[in-house]
Amino acid sequence: MDLNILWFILITILFSGFFFLEGFDYGVGILLPFIAKKDNERRAVINTIGPVWDANEVWMITAGGAMFAAFPHMYATLFSGFYIALIFMLLGLIIRGVAFEFRSKREEPSWRSSWDWAIFIGSLLPALLWGVTIANLMRGVAIEADWNYYGGLLPLLNPYSLLGGLVFLGLFTLHGASFLGIKLEGELKQKAKGFAGKIWIPVVALVVIFLIWTYLSTDILNNPGWDGLIPAILAALTLLTYGWFLRQGKEGLTFISGGLTILMATVMVFSGLFPRLMISTLDPANTLTIYNASSSPYTLRVITIVAAIFLPIILIYQGWTYWIFRKRLSPESSDLHY
Amino acid sequence: MDTVILSRWQFAITTIYHFFFVPVTLGLSTFLAVLETRYVITNDETYKKMVKFWGNIFLINFAIGVVTGIVQEFHFGLNWSEYARFMGDIFGAPLAIEGLMAFFLESTFIGIWIFGWDKISKKTHAAVMWMVAIGSNLSALWILIANSFMQNPVGYAIRNGRAEMTDFWALVGNPNVWYQFPHVLTAGISVGGFLVMAFSAWHLLKKNPHTQDFFRRSMRWAAGFALVGSLLVGLIGHAQGQFLAKNQSMKISAMEGLWETEQPGSFSVVALIDEKNQQNTFDLKIPKALSFLLFNDFSSEVIGIKELQAEAEALYGPGNYIPPVTLSYWSSRTMIGIGLLMILISGLAVLWSRVDGLEKRSWFLKLLIPAGLLPTVAITAGWLVAETGRWPWIVHGLQKIEDAVSPSITAGNIFFSLISFLILYGVLAVVGVSLMLKYGKSDPAAAVEKGE
Repeated sequence: MDLNILWFILITILFSGFFFLEGFDYGVGILLPFIAKKDNERRAVINTIGPVWDANEVWMITAGGAMFAAFPHMYATLFSGFYIALIFMLLGLIIRGVAFEFRSKREEPSWRSSWDWAIFIGSLLPALLWGVTIANLMRGVAIEADWNYYGGLLPLLNPYSLLGGLVFLGLFTLHGASFLGIKLEGELKQKAKGFAGKIWIPVVALVVIFLIWTYLSTDILNNPGWDGLIPAILAALTLLTYGWFLRQGKEGLTFISGGLTILMATVMVFSGLFPRLMISTLDPANTLTIYNASSSPYTLRVITIVAAIFLPIILIYQGWTYWIFRKRLSPESSDLHY
Repeated sequence: MDTVILSRWQFAITTIYHFFFVPVTLGLSTFLAVLETRYVITNDETYKKMVKFWGNIFLINFAIGVVTGIVQEFHFGLNWSEYARFMGDIFGAPLAIEGLMAFFLESTFIGIWIFGWDKISKKTHAAVMWMVAIGSNLSALWILIANSFMQNPVGYAIRNGRAEMTDFWALVGNPNVWYQFPHVLTAGISVGGFLVMAFSAWHLLKKNPHTQDFFRRSMRWAAGFALVGSLLVGLIGHAQGQFLAKNQSMKISAMEGLWETEQPGSFSVVALIDEKNQQNTFDLKIPKALSFLLFNDFSSEVIGIKELQAEAEALYGPGNYIPPVTLSYWSSRTMIGIGLLMILISGLAVLWSRVDGLEKRSWFLKLLIPAGLLPTVAITAGWLVAETGRWPWIVHGLQKIEDAVSPSITAGNIFFSLISFLILYGVLAVVGVSLMLKYGKSDPAAAVEKGE
């Protein structure tokens, strides 16, 4: 295995970590206005991700940084080509990040509800837009011979990619609801689970349509090299067990199922793309691959050593955070800080 | 307007804004870690109160620093994709390492710090704050390693139509880093010190007997921080100037508004610069002083802008290689002038707060309040010198700014993003500053209860 493949795997891992961890963070933010009405209820919901959201977001930032380091041409093409979509995502992430910190800093109900909206929109927008972005990567975009995509925003908002956005939104919301299932107690927890129960069937329907469409119009599921078919089946199966365990009242297993769905879906996308990074719909020669878009072997060696040292350490101390804050919360909890 | 100009404005505005908050994070995280360590050692509850009180301001600031930092991480791809392609092999690595080594550390431990007061031991909690401080300052190190390559490229070869890294340790050991990083680090220390002094001064002027002790002690610690930071940032800045004189002479000559080569070089105190005709219509100079400042003697030659321009044309082909001289000149004077003022003010603050004379001098306390902003102004001016002095290069000698912009974005795109950032950042500034004022002016006992 060469370092280009290794870094493709590492980028997949970083995006998997990002979608798994920020997936429930976004989900919690999206659920906030629906399941919590009173201020102390909202505080309980926000505090379930309070100690961890910032570190979870670093998975996205590091995925971006790693993409820059390992595959600079992908970083360049993607971020400049998807400019407006990414600006909206950044605006969402900005208001969401400050909202967590600022919300509790004043008492006025209007102040707090404004920041609740910021958390909601700032979670919904990135969830949706990452879905749109990933679906466009699966479908391919009109990359020209100079490796730039000049099409602007509108072609990115095609029906297939918008459906991809809704799939992400649905999966993250389910994931957030099952996270609240293991982090809250009492009535609020029941509300989160109830919400998951209501949206589970529509989300399954969206996923099925999306997978069929993916099979028919992209080669992600039948890519001649590696294909994404097996992880796609696993993603679909774990989504089904999610619904099963939810009805059984098995909160831990529901959360694990939803998490596996997201991990498998991410693996599906990347293994279906492999060894491509960004598909050109104009000419296969314009497609960015892990070889033509990568950094030099020397740079890849350097960042491999750094990642080999630091990724395990990060996993240990981030794991420790979840251990420290393992206690369930309720609106009556005394340790609500946000 | 073209995409290069708009992208430059957007990058300048978002970066300068981001860097209003970053130095506060750098300095205050260290300040809090020191105070919390004192708390662990002495068991004195006042230290805990101080950590919580100043921690509120730190966290409000931290939030804005973090969210505006995300924009910066993606900016090189958004607006500067040709730069990302040309430089990615070198520039991406420190950014990825910054994420792995610094952002994870800082962001994970800040969560533990905010939420962990009653969940982990006192000692662990103080250690957690050190992790935050180390993470923040490490992140500054890696981004400055990346930035230093743009100022002074080392450890690379031009291959496959791009700059490729050939020696990682040369990148890390870039002498520019080891002037710039301590300069930024100590600037952060001074920012933290001056900010705490400003709020403490406001409270001391109130003469509230319940809070006097708290703010007297805060003031003493902050004054010490401010003095150490100000002295070191000045000394290191001086050394950095001497390094630049050999390494980026155009930047130095533009800073000094020195059009003609002089031997020995005289230092300009005030000048009216006429960039069009490449001369100063008025110039108050101290003979030989520039040679001394840059080379430690009274005889060295200092090359003027015109001669450097001719040299650059011989080396790189025809073109304009002169940075905005007026801006460089006045930014550098602002930075140096404020730096000296900071040493004076923090020195007096240390002296008078030790001998308990601070509260007798209410004029001085009143002065300390606006002085809280001095380091921020100096830092912004310093970055203007460093970054505009690089003009026309985005990477010194290797790539010009005009060649670095994303070809696929339109002026309309950037108008949209620039205006969105302006509005949102404006709102954030108002909200963030008003929250800092609210918490900074609150009663320490009450704020600790509510704000945690």
